[in-house]
Amino acid sequence: MERLFLNLGEGIQQWLASLGLGATAVSLIMVAIKVAAILGFVLLNVLYLVYLERKISAYIQQRLGPNRVGPRGLLQTTMDVIKLISKEDIIPQAADRKVFRLAAIVVFIPAVMLYAVIPFGKDMIAIDLNIGVFYFIAVSSTTTIAFLMAGWGSNNKYSLLGGMRTVAQMVSYEIPLVFSILGVIMLTGSLKMSDIIAAQKDVWFIVLQPIAFLIFFIAGTAELNRAPFDLPEGEQELIAGATTEYSGMRWAIFFLAEYSNLVAMSALAVTLFLGGPSGPWAPSWIWFVIKVYIMIYLFMWVRWTFPRIRVDHLMHTNWKFLLPLSLANILVTGIGIKIFEWFS
Amino acid sequence: MEMSNIQVYKKNLKTQEITLNMGPQHPSTHGVYRCILTLDGEYVTHLENVMGYLHRGMEKLAEDRTYTQFIPYTDRLDYLAAALNNIGYVQTVEKLMDIEVPERAEYIRVIVGELQRIASHLVYVGSYALDVNGFTGWMYAFRDRERILDLFEMITGSRMTLSFPRIGGVSHDITDEFVEGLEKFIEDFPACLDEFDGLVTGNEIFQARTKGVGVLDVETAINYGISGPNLRASGYEFDLRKHDPYGIYDRFEFDIPTGENGDSFDRFIVRMEEMRQSLRIIKQALRDIPDGPIQAKVPKVIKPKAGEVYHQIEGAKGWLGYYLVSDGSTKPYRLHIHGPSFVNLGVFPEIAKGGNIQDAVVILASIDIVLGEVDR
Repeated sequence: MERLFLNLGEGIQQWLASLGLGATAVSLIMVAIKVAAILGFVLLNVLYLVYLERKISAYIQQRLGPNRVGPRGLLQTTMDVIKLISKEDIIPQAADRKVFRLAAIVVFIPAVMLYAVIPFGKDMIAIDLNIGVFYFIAVSSTTTIAFLMAGWGSNNKYSLLGGMRTVAQMVSYEIPLVFSILGVIMLTGSLKMSDIIAAQKDVWFIVLQPIAFLIFFIAGTAELNRAPFDLPEGEQELIAGATTEYSGMRWAIFFLAEYSNLVAMSALAVTLFLGGPSGPWAPSWIWFVIKVYIMIYLFMWVRWTFPRIRVDHLMHTNWKFLLPLSLANILVTGIGIKIFEWFS
Repeated sequence: MEMSNIQVYKKNLKTQEITLNMGPQHPSTHGVYRCILTLDGEYVTHLENVMGYLHRGMEKLAEDRTYTQFIPYTDRLDYLAAALNNIGYVQTVEKLMDIEVPERAEYIRVIVGELQRIASHLVYVGSYALDVNGFTGWMYAFRDRERILDLFEMITGSRMTLSFPRIGGVSHDITDEFVEGLEKFIEDFPACLDEFDGLVTGNEIFQARTKGVGVLDVETAINYGISGPNLRASGYEFDLRKHDPYGIYDRFEFDIPTGENGDSFDRFIVRMEEMRQSLRIIKQALRDIPDGPIQAKVPKVIKPKAGEVYHQIEGAKGWLGYYLVSDGSTKPYRLHIHGPSFVNLGVFPEIAKGGNIQDAVVILASIDIVLGEVDR
C-alpha cells in the first residue's frame, strides 16, 4: 500500500520501455503522466472542496447544504461545473481584451506549478528541489499579478479597487509568511522539502514553533484571500472585487485557482509544521490527505465564523503585529538553537 | 531650498477622485437604493443619496381606497415590520373616529407588535452581520425570526404581510397553540440572543469594524429628525412607548436602552437590548391579557367626520407617523406617512463622509433602512 503509486509509476515506466521507446521519450511521457496525475488530484480536490465548503458552512449555520443532486448532494459541484462550462463567454466591451483573457490563465498556472514541490507521500514528490520552500513562495507570490491584471483589464472601478487591494494585501502579508517559515528553516538548515520532513521524525515543528505556525496560518489566510482577509473580493463592498466582470468558465478558473491555492497552502503547512506525509499504521499518502484536510477545515472554520477585517486594520495587523512577532520568533529561535548546541 | 524626496514625490504625483456608483444593484444596499460615492482612493469624500426606485405612490393610492382597504397597503411600507405599520394606521383612523378598542384586542396588538419589533431587529442584526461578511450571523438571526413568522402564521395566516388589525380591533383572536408556541419562544429566545452575542457582538473584528464608525451626535441626530433606536443610540433617551404612550403601553414596565457614543456599534447594541426589553413587554402582556371581545362595534361603512389627525407610534426603525385628512367621505382625502427609514437615510451622507467604502457599508447597515418605507 505504502508504495502503491510509486510502483504504479515504475510499472508504467517499464511498460513504456518495453515498447521500445527511447529513454528520452519515456521520461518525457512520464513527466506528462505525472503532470496529468497532479492536475487530476488538484481538480478532483477542488471539485469536492467546494462541496465540502458548502457542507461545512451549512453545518456551522444550522442548514443542510446541497442535498438534491446525487446521493447527499455529491454531484452538485459536478453539475455546477457543467453549467459553468456551458455558459456564454462574456468579455465586457470596455475591457482590455488581451489582459482580461490572459489574467484567467496567469492565475491558474502558478496554482498548478506549486504542486511540483509538494510531497504527497513518502518519496512521492515530483521534483525534490533543494530550494523547495523558496520555489513555493516565489511561485505563489506571482498570483498577485494575475489579480492586478484582472482588476485593471476589466476596466471596472470595483475591479480596480479589488485589484489594488489584492496587491497591497498579498505583498505585505508575504513578509510575515516568509519570516514564519524562516523559523522552521533555521531548525532544519535546509530548504529542501524532504529534509524538512525528515527533521520532523521525532517531533513536529508545530510543537517547536507554535508562534510561527500561528503567524503562518494568519498570513496564509491573507495570502489565500479568504475571510477574514477576503478584502480583494469584499462582496459587501466591491461585489466580487477583481473578478466582478468575469463569468462562466473564466470565472470558474479564478475559483479553481483559489481552491487549488488553498490545498497547496494547506499542504505546505502540513509539510512545514505537521510532520508532512508520515504517521503510524496507514500509508503516508493517506496521512498526507488527512492532515491536509484538517488544515483545510481550519481555514474553512475561520472563514465561516469571522467577519471581514477593515482595509486599514489589515495593514496595521500586518506591519504592527505580525511582522514584529515573526522577527521576535526568529530571534528567539536563533537563541534557542545556540543554547541547544551549547548543552549538547 | 531643495525639496525632500517626499515633497518631490507629492508634487509630481497626480491624484484624482473617482465617482463610484453604488447601487441600485449592489449586494449591500438593502434593496433598490443607490448612492453616488466620490472616492479619494478608498476614502469617501462625498456621498449622494439617490432614491425612488421603489416608489409606488402609496399616499396617492390611499386617496382612492376606503379606510379599511388601505390596511394591506401599509404592510408594504416597512415590509419587515408589517404589524407595526398596520397598528399605526388603524390607530390613526381610530383616533380620528374616537373608537374605543376592546382591552383584549389592545393586548393582542401589543404582543404581535412587539414580536414584530423583535423580528425586524433580528433582520437588522442579521443583515448587519452579513454586511461585515458574517454570513453565519445572518443565518442564526433568521433561524430565530423564522419562529416568530411561524407564530404570526398561526394567528393571521400570513407570515409577513399580516394585515391583521382592523379598525376597532383585530381580525383574529390568539389561540392556545399560539400561546404555547409563544411561551416556548420566550423561554428559548434569551439563549439565542446570548449565542448571537458570542458569535457577532463579542467578536474582536466586528467591534473594530463598528466602534467609532459613523458617529452621530445627539445634536445632529435631532437636527436631521432621527428618531427611535438611532436617536437612543446617540444617548438621547426618548421612546414614544414611554414618553408619549399610545394604546396601552403605559401599563408595561420596560427599560429604554441608550448608547453613549452614537457610533455604529451603539446602534447595534441598542437594538440587541431592545429585543430583550420587547420580550419583557410580551411576557407582561401575556400575563395580563383579559378575556373579552376582540372587535369594537364600528359602523359597517367607515366614514369619519371631516377633520384631520396625526398619530405616531414607536415603529421598529423610529417614529412611524400617519397624518390623515378626512373630508367626510369613505376615502381619505389625504394620507401622509412619516417613514423613519426615509429620515434615517437622510443623515447617511453626513456621517459616512471621511470613512472608507467598508465603513460606508457598515453605516448604511447600522442606520437600518427598508426601501419600501423610504420610497413608499
